[in-house]
Amino acid sequence: MSSRIRTEIVEMNMGPQHPSTHGVLRLAVRLDGEVIVEAKPDVGYLHRGIEKLAELRSYVQFIPITDRIDYLASMLQNAAYVGAVEKLGGIEVPERAEYIRLIMMELQRIASHLVFFGAMALDLGATTPFLYAFREREDILDLFEMVCGARLTYNYFRPGGVSRDLPAGFYAKAKSYIAKQREKLPEYDDLFTCNQIFIARTRGVGVISAEDAINWSLSGPSLRGSGVAYDVRKVDPYCVYDKLDWQVVTKNGGDVQSRFLVRVEEIRQSLNMVEQALDMVPEGELKCKTPLRLKLPEGEVYHHIESARGDVGVYLVSDGAEKPYRMHWRSPSFVNLGAIDSVARGWKVADLVAILGSLDVVLGEVDR
Amino acid sequence: MNELQPLIIVTMTELTEKNIRDAFPKAVVQSSEADGALILKLNATMLLPVCELLRSNPELGFDYLADITAIDWKDRIELVYRITALARNEKIVLRVDLDRANPTIDSVSSVWKGAIFQEREVYDLMGVVFTGHPDLRRILLPEDWEGYPLRKDYVIPD
Amino acid sequence: MEVDRPFDYVERIPGGAIITTTVDKVLEWGRESSLWYMLFGLACCAIEMMAAGAARFDLDRFGMIFRATPRQSDLMIVAGTVTKKMASRVKRLYEQMAEPRYVVAMGSCANAGGPFADSYAVVKGVDKIIPVDIYIPGCPPRPEALINGVMELRKKMRENVRIKQGAEV
Repeated sequence: MSSRIRTEIVEMNMGPQHPSTHGVLRLAVRLDGEVIVEAKPDVGYLHRGIEKLAELRSYVQFIPITDRIDYLASMLQNAAYVGAVEKLGGIEVPERAEYIRLIMMELQRIASHLVFFGAMALDLGATTPFLYAFREREDILDLFEMVCGARLTYNYFRPGGVSRDLPAGFYAKAKSYIAKQREKLPEYDDLFTCNQIFIARTRGVGVISAEDAINWSLSGPSLRGSGVAYDVRKVDPYCVYDKLDWQVVTKNGGDVQSRFLVRVEEIRQSLNMVEQALDMVPEGELKCKTPLRLKLPEGEVYHHIESARGDVGVYLVSDGAEKPYRMHWRSPSFVNLGAIDSVARGWKVADLVAILGSLDVVLGEVDR
Repeated sequence: MNELQPLIIVTMTELTEKNIRDAFPKAVVQSSEADGALILKLNATMLLPVCELLRSNPELGFDYLADITAIDWKDRIELVYRITALARNEKIVLRVDLDRANPTIDSVSSVWKGAIFQEREVYDLMGVVFTGHPDLRRILLPEDWEGYPLRKDYVIPD
Repeated sequence: MEVDRPFDYVERIPGGAIITTTVDKVLEWGRESSLWYMLFGLACCAIEMMAAGAARFDLDRFGMIFRATPRQSDLMIVAGTVTKKMASRVKRLYEQMAEPRYVVAMGSCANAGGPFADSYAVVKGVDKIIPVDIYIPGCPPRPEALINGVMELRKKMRENVRIKQGAEV
């Protein structure tokens, strides 16, 4: 090796407008040849100040804004905020509404994981799985449109229940979607998951040990891909998750492939859950009566749920008024993104794209 | 016939509190419980040693930092830390009061690396300075932004 | 002589196999039929833009493909909230596009700030930074609405040709 060749560390900028950064994320990457020396995330390009906005909106007025925080998992964001309001206000949710909520949340999880699948494929260079995933996702969006009229941002949950009932034909359509998705999942496996190029690019790449994952406060499939069985639905059950039969999905590799496989397997688990819940929905009220101008008692509450990306927590502090005194949104994507610098060092730029894709960040949630 | 000894039931949270009080008698200002979690109000100077104990002591093993946030109570700024011991699913909440004019506290990023980004966010939006933080600069707002928006007296510039 | 005008920009000579038109109109037809848009998804509207490009709504049948770089695109669809931190980058990307270039503001946030208009960190509409040709309302607008907006843009592009020729609007 010649010592007369002088090499330099090159500073490269990825983003904020970039096809593979899942939104407006900027990575200030320093490279030694192709190898990454440092990859610092620069976020805040989508910071809309929602924590301050929460102090200006009443509890019900804020629900549409929660849709837009993590726009790929809107029902789950609704659930987190509304759950916190109910916990603080001591509001009981009728059982029919709980089951409907669970169906919506799990369908949303499947939709979000399908976008992850498609985006991951697109990042690694394959366009067809993206089109397949979005084709199936359109069926889920049709179901959501039947229920609440919107495709992406639903504003469906309310403190005390849900806003509209399941229409006639929902049950049949949901069942047919589940059957269709189950039929198509092996197709995805053939096309992408078991593809030699995909495996070569993701197996052993970006390994995070279980201890590191816990120390970096990772959550969701990124944590479960390292073998840590932490799923808020099992650990701190909410809604009616404890009445259904399902498993927490973990894989032990800690690499990009493990995190990917966790999400694909979670689609299967969620399909099972929706199928069970559809048969278990009891008759009853949709929403318990709450005052028009809802005021919560003085106090504070922290409510967390398992969103598609991890542990979403809502910390509400109330001083007895119609609007919260302080609302903090614990965002899994923000915390997960903190680990990218340490995980990506030593890998190449192409691997950085795979690692970032496997952490599945949504910038709306990172920046809030 | 053997006399049955009275059983003394000690809850998880009581054990945790006892461990902390034994190690740092002056650290805890107030303790309470809510939602199954132990809530401890600590002295600001004792936060870092208590956190190091929480993580390193094998009986405690609080390895997962869930959330760091701050509340502006107009006369003081309060920091709230949420930590979980994953093995037993035990939760603890640490609360620290800081002087509003000059809110400074030790960073816990040496204990939990997940604190790095979260402390930067609290610095950016509330203005709390974390000493010992490896990279304390604004994270969500532009570098040249002035003021701390989440404070109650923040005025939006035109 | 009666002139047969099957389309707006084409004259058919009876009994013949000649069509006459103008160079401008042909160029405009070429431009509007292959508008390559820059993937500039900022927030939630980006997902509806991606869905519009996917299999069900298929923007590709209108000749629209997404390009990652502004140098190769004609159209910038601003999909999502523009924050103050992002504003300078939006301007720079607009300046990097080659003329003729068009901007479509998709969604309430790009039109006027959207549900976040009273936030401290949001620019109230992308037209405060760059000139906008078409505004598409919605939060988020459905893919059909986006396609409608693009159709309106194409109509506008055609009308601009006529205005340049001095014809009556």
